[in-house]
Amino acid sequence: MSGFPYLTTVVLVPAGGALLVAVLPRARPRLVQGLGMATSVVVAGLAVALAVHFRAGEPGFQMVSQHPWVKSFGISWKLGVDGISLFLVLLCGILFPVTLAGARVRRDPKTFVAWMLLLETACLGSFLSLDLLFFFLFFELTLVPTYFIIGGWGFSRRGYAAIKFFLYTFLGSAFLLIGLLAVVFIYQRRTGVLTFDLVTLSSQTYSSVVGVVLLLAFTAAFAVKAPIFPLHTWSPDAYTEAPAGGSVILAAVMAKLGTYGIVRFDFQLFPKAAVTLAPVLLTLAVVGIIYGAVVAAAQKDLKRLVAYSSLAHLGFIVLGVFAFSSQGISGGVLQMLNHGLYTAALFLLVGMIYERRRTWQIPDLRGLQRPAPILAGVFTVVMMASIGLPGLNGFVGEFLILIGTFITHRWWAVVGAAGVVLAAVYLLWAYQQVFQGRPQGENARFREMTWREGAVMAPLVAAIVFIGVYPRPLLDRITPSVNALIHHVDAGSGSRRPAVATGHSGGGPATAAGRRAGPAQAGSSGRPTGAPQALGSGR
Amino acid sequence: MSSSSLVHAAYLIPLLPLAGFALLVACGRRLGNPLAGWVATGAVGASFVATVVTFAGLASLGPHHRAFTQVLFTWIPVGGLRVNAAFLVDPLSMTMALFVTGVSMLIHLYSIGYMDHDERFPTFFVYLNLFVFSMLVLVLADNFVLSFLGWEGVGACSYWLIAFWFDRDSAASAGKKAFVFNRIGDFGFLIAMFLIFTATHSLTYSGVFGSAGRLSGTTLTAIALLLFLGAVGKSAQIPLFPWLLDAMEGPTPVSALIHAATMVTAGVYLMARISPILSLSSSALTVVACVGAATAFVAATAACAQDDIKRVLAYSTVSQLGYMFLAIGSGAYVAAIFLMVTHAFYKALLFLGAGSVMHGLNDEQDLKAMGSLRRLMPLTAFTFIVGWLAIAGVPPFAGFWSKGDVLLSAYVKSPGLWAVGAVTAALTAYYMGRETVLAFYGPQRWRGVGGGARAVSSGSHPVEPHDPGWVMGAPLVVLAALSLVGGLVNLPFHPNLVFLSHWLGPVFGRALRVETQSATFKVGLGAVDAVLAFIGVGLALRVWLPQWNRPRLEPTFLRRGWRVDDLYDAAIARPGTALAAFSAYVFERLVIDGAVNGTANLVRSGADRLRQAQTGFVRNYALGVAAGVVALLAWVVTRSTS
Repeated sequence: MSGFPYLTTVVLVPAGGALLVAVLPRARPRLVQGLGMATSVVVAGLAVALAVHFRAGEPGFQMVSQHPWVKSFGISWKLGVDGISLFLVLLCGILFPVTLAGARVRRDPKTFVAWMLLLETACLGSFLSLDLLFFFLFFELTLVPTYFIIGGWGFSRRGYAAIKFFLYTFLGSAFLLIGLLAVVFIYQRRTGVLTFDLVTLSSQTYSSVVGVVLLLAFTAAFAVKAPIFPLHTWSPDAYTEAPAGGSVILAAVMAKLGTYGIVRFDFQLFPKAAVTLAPVLLTLAVVGIIYGAVVAAAQKDLKRLVAYSSLAHLGFIVLGVFAFSSQGISGGVLQMLNHGLYTAALFLLVGMIYERRRTWQIPDLRGLQRPAPILAGVFTVVMMASIGLPGLNGFVGEFLILIGTFITHRWWAVVGAAGVVLAAVYLLWAYQQVFQGRPQGENARFREMTWREGAVMAPLVAAIVFIGVYPRPLLDRITPSVNALIHHVDAGSGSRRPAVATGHSGGGPATAAGRRAGPAQAGSSGRPTGAPQALGSGR
Repeated sequence: MSSSSLVHAAYLIPLLPLAGFALLVACGRRLGNPLAGWVATGAVGASFVATVVTFAGLASLGPHHRAFTQVLFTWIPVGGLRVNAAFLVDPLSMTMALFVTGVSMLIHLYSIGYMDHDERFPTFFVYLNLFVFSMLVLVLADNFVLSFLGWEGVGACSYWLIAFWFDRDSAASAGKKAFVFNRIGDFGFLIAMFLIFTATHSLTYSGVFGSAGRLSGTTLTAIALLLFLGAVGKSAQIPLFPWLLDAMEGPTPVSALIHAATMVTAGVYLMARISPILSLSSSALTVVACVGAATAFVAATAACAQDDIKRVLAYSTVSQLGYMFLAIGSGAYVAAIFLMVTHAFYKALLFLGAGSVMHGLNDEQDLKAMGSLRRLMPLTAFTFIVGWLAIAGVPPFAGFWSKGDVLLSAYVKSPGLWAVGAVTAALTAYYMGRETVLAFYGPQRWRGVGGGARAVSSGSHPVEPHDPGWVMGAPLVVLAALSLVGGLVNLPFHPNLVFLSHWLGPVFGRALRVETQSATFKVGLGAVDAVLAFIGVGLALRVWLPQWNRPRLEPTFLRRGWRVDDLYDAAIARPGTALAAFSAYVFERLVIDGAVNGTANLVRSGADRLRQAQTGFVRNYALGVAAGVVALLAWVVTRSTS
């Protein structure tokens, strides 16, 4: 694979930008902001170019760049992108400039921008690394800028939140490091080859006990990061106390490191153990969906409410991926992007409310729709996406997740679907308290959204609507990689699932029934629309 | 161009209101009042024309070739799942589209007058156009998922429009309540779709119905009942009906369009659409019929005791929707659609009439503060009386024919259900008579009240009630005419006169229950219907003309709608709030966060203790050493003696 090294560039450009910002004089805040913005826009452009160059329909890694680093330890700089990571890279690319523009800080912008750019490198590196050690390094590297962003620019309890966040996730990572080294050394003992290459290592199989233990070690780190119930309590504190920009990146991008890690590393390395433990994780996911929604309903603090809603939505993603069906995992991967978009938008909007009113306590806010109809309208659209209104992006992801889960794990999907009802309860309640009613005093003088804020929100809202109406370009890129992953899991675990759930044609009475049902549909539409063609389209 | 190719215009039907919506979002405020209203009305009017064209194209095809699918693009393709944005043009969807666009157009026109003084005039039409688009997607979709898009879309628009006057807390709460109750129903719809896909590997109507015969009875019943749960939420049946009463907080044109004529009938449409599944499960049919009959009766009794001009109509709508489900459950799908269409005419008429009264009385809604308005608002009074007689089932008004069909099929299903329906019919004639008399006859009770308790618009200067201008008057006249002659589409006298049955027959096919009753029996039953209607009308006039205040006929239990709201409050709202508070402030803090902080504290305090041991004083260390030696010695001694 020749050509421009997109991946290496996209990972290193923000770090370069961070270095440049670091050497600029502190007294030139506008220059610093401008350079940070320019860097992140360049990265966004690179991410878009990368997505354009990405070949749809191919399951494997594309644009791989590999450079040996420490030969004797088998460590190499290896980056690659497939349908599972592509849109997370794009999400990163879009959200960092949006955040830098939409959530500026007044105090010491230079350091803030430098940390943010370093964080972008860490996130992109995590999503693109195919070498276990580099993944771990990038994964850990995300902690440092986040710690300083929360601790340095956060709100009143920032110290507590930052330390809690750091220790909690660091503890999880300790398990990851041990598990990772175990995987590598087991492979070395069996083959004599020391390597950290994910693709090579995923050919290895483990006894069921070892597999489960290693999976738990990896998942400990990812479950904290996502977070998955009951390892979530760092997140409401961190999301609430972080500055708006920090909350956006934490919830929209870094939470996906956890779910992405599960799909990329857990499923790739330990397919059998993942299938064994799926009922446990599915149960934690639905508990998280319901619990997050119930707790969100009792919050008096708008930011905490969004934080708990995030817990519920991450539950959906975990539910989908552990369903091990084509629809479930594709929906989960798509939902990582979707959740990133609307949660980022929600945190930015909450930040705008804070800028004007210096509070996000729900009882202090009232009737804001009267003085600020456009801000309220944007909030409504984003809220509806989060509730899962069809036509907006959240529905596509949730629908795929739930239908994919229903095929393989019926009752978990039923409980999860109840979470869809609850999401409406707490978000509409919050909307009513904050935006409806008759505003008085400060609330009546609430400032309408500015052009600049509108420009920040516009790409997010556009993406929310576009994905809701026409998700096909995304699904056509996600699904092949997902199907390949499911094939890998099936081969590794020896399990079988309904053909309709995997996307590959195969025997079984269920498929035959689908095939018989097909011609009736095709005939009535004048175009083949039904199951048979779709069933065969997997590979 | 052959006439049958006209069906290709189908995509324009929903697209035109969508275009109107987009235009109004972009520059509604610049268009302002009244231009924004005219743009919206024009968009729906154009959609109506497109529907007529498509309808004509479909009618020119042979009766058994009237089904055409128009695929626009693939919406959600993953693995074996492929959901298209595609429209199904068949007699059922076109019947729905025709009356939805027609009634919507009239109500848009009316709204231009009704909303005239509202400062958010353009925004109102933004929502209204989006609603029409969603409703048309709902009825035209060729698969469950796209229908669900419309289904949720109309729910969201309903939420926005109920809470249109969001300054009022009651309006904001009512909007939220509507959305949440609908969501409970949508839960059923979602699970039904999952079950359908798992069982048939398809989500298009034709694909699913093609393989419905191979499904087990349990699966079919489960699918039917889950979809019925969706219908119960959307169409406000027992036990999910309270939201529709609160929905009256919305502007009156919204009540007429969404909460009477179109959206709330979506549940009935869905049940009619899935007739191939429903007809295979007799237990599901029985559930539908019983819920429908019970709702019709309960709501009708509650309507007898309401003082709010709109709440009477809201309960009446719930009751009439119950009739429609009674028809569905009796296997009489055509009768259900027939009633749905005629009901749309006369209930929209009644709501617009009520709106006209409120408009004339400074937004007064209390019937007890009205009276004698027929002299000052002759047009409103005349059309309202037409609506009353139509809904009462007085021959030859439209309601007589459509309700007659429903009651006949209910009798075939079970005489018990017929009896409930017949009593409800008499009640309907009575409570609507009560409303008409209280509003338009008797003394002028609005004098001296100061022009209405909730004078919102122009202060409280006394305004003499008057009929509205032509923009609001014309829809009243058109709907009154339709309420009078609407029965013509399905007259039972001769096989050639049952147009609607012939038109819809192929859609339902074998699902339709064949009536075997003799002509004499049908005429006899029709006569009973007419007598019941006259009894109700006569009773209302006799009771309410001489005396307008009769608390004994309005018991509190009925006034409060069988206390269903209290029940919800006690059984769900309060325990739910308590659970949320417990989870957030007790469980989350003490157990989950407590475990984390507890671990941290344990580490810290453990470290503190250990640190205390390191005092640096030699005497302490010496004491420790001595204690250790003693312990060691003691251990050795006890060991050696045993």
